[in-house]
Amino acid sequence: MNTLEFTLLITLGSFLAGMLGSLTGLGGGVVIVPLLTLLFGVDIRYAIGASLVSVIATSSGAAAAYLREGYSNMRVGMFLEIATTVGAVSGAFLAGYLHTSIIAIVFGVVLLYSAYTSTHTLADPPEGMGPDRIATLLRLDSSYPTSDGLKPYHVRNVPLGFGLMYVAGVLSGLLGIGSGAVKVLAMDQAMKIPFKVSTTTSNFMIGVTAAASAGIYLRRGYIDPGLAMPVMLGVLAGALVGAKILPGAKVRTLRMVFGVVIAALAMEMIFQGVRGKL
Amino acid sequence: MTGADGRPAVGGRVDDKSVEIFLGKLLRWGVLLAALVVFVGGVWFLSESYDVPQNYKTFRGEPTELRAVPLIVHQAITLRPLGLIQFGLLLLIATPVARVLFSVLGFGLERDWMYVVITLLVLALLIYTLTSRSST
Repeated sequence: MNTLEFTLLITLGSFLAGMLGSLTGLGGGVVIVPLLTLLFGVDIRYAIGASLVSVIATSSGAAAAYLREGYSNMRVGMFLEIATTVGAVSGAFLAGYLHTSIIAIVFGVVLLYSAYTSTHTLADPPEGMGPDRIATLLRLDSSYPTSDGLKPYHVRNVPLGFGLMYVAGVLSGLLGIGSGAVKVLAMDQAMKIPFKVSTTTSNFMIGVTAAASAGIYLRRGYIDPGLAMPVMLGVLAGALVGAKILPGAKVRTLRMVFGVVIAALAMEMIFQGVRGKL
Repeated sequence: MTGADGRPAVGGRVDDKSVEIFLGKLLRWGVLLAALVVFVGGVWFLSESYDVPQNYKTFRGEPTELRAVPLIVHQAITLRPLGLIQFGLLLLIATPVARVLFSVLGFGLERDWMYVVITLLVLALLIYTLTSRSST
């Protein structure tokens, strides 16, 4: 395969990944690494570098649409960003020392978890809970617009959420993904933040976390311009098209299909990792 | 960043929102600019080396001139195709950093000093990752 054919195929694959990622809300990053390593035989370090770049592109590109809705909580996002950036730095350093087979296996396990959450809707956190001491101290409580006007909410379990965010950061730095699934787990389930607020706040955080990891990957020489170019442009174009056709899409069916595809890719990543082929 | 009457508002959530809408636009333009630079560099790169066989199977790591920020900028200014792509990727990495930077100003205008400090901490971490010496 020459460079032109390779680039065009990668662009097409990344376009589809970006479109599915935006339609299902899972982000394109989770499938870029399996796509590049399993289908195109790319070394996992190059694949992670290219994936991180595409994660930043979709996060920053979608920010304008999310922010207009006015749901995101900047204080929650910025406070938790301390945990995710420190985590991302740890994860990116870890990636330099761990064997690529181990990275592939961890990737497969995280991918399986993402597939599971994409097909199961988590229960909405219970309402009407009182204020939390740490959250009050950090001024994290806020309100968000609903059809009945502004609705106030209290943020809970700050230390647990902070800890989970560190884990999300480590995974992002180690695997080159946005870790959206873990971020939503931390904010929805642990900190009891309303779903609409946690999704938009998570989008902002994903970009910052990925930027922290990408800086280290760039300095290490893991980001190859010839590979990252088609991945970034493909995912970005796919995400934009996905956002345009989203209102008419059968999201439920898509999530199921995407969930199955991700689960299959995850198994293959684990299998190839155990065999030491990645 | 200011209230309806033009005076700086203190601690208002409404003002978080006007700051954020501005930031959202800034980010989108940043991404589009980065994509344009990457695209131009990419077309150039392909026109020069479209029939070269590619090998990403074995990891070699990028040469120093595509790793360090000042060297990437130099490569882009001297119009090397790969340097141009890498510079576009650097612009992309800079978009979330710019958002954090503007959030420092936003919290500052709201006189929320605790969050100015928190945001500066995040900003320092991001700058550290781009400038620290690589260990491997």
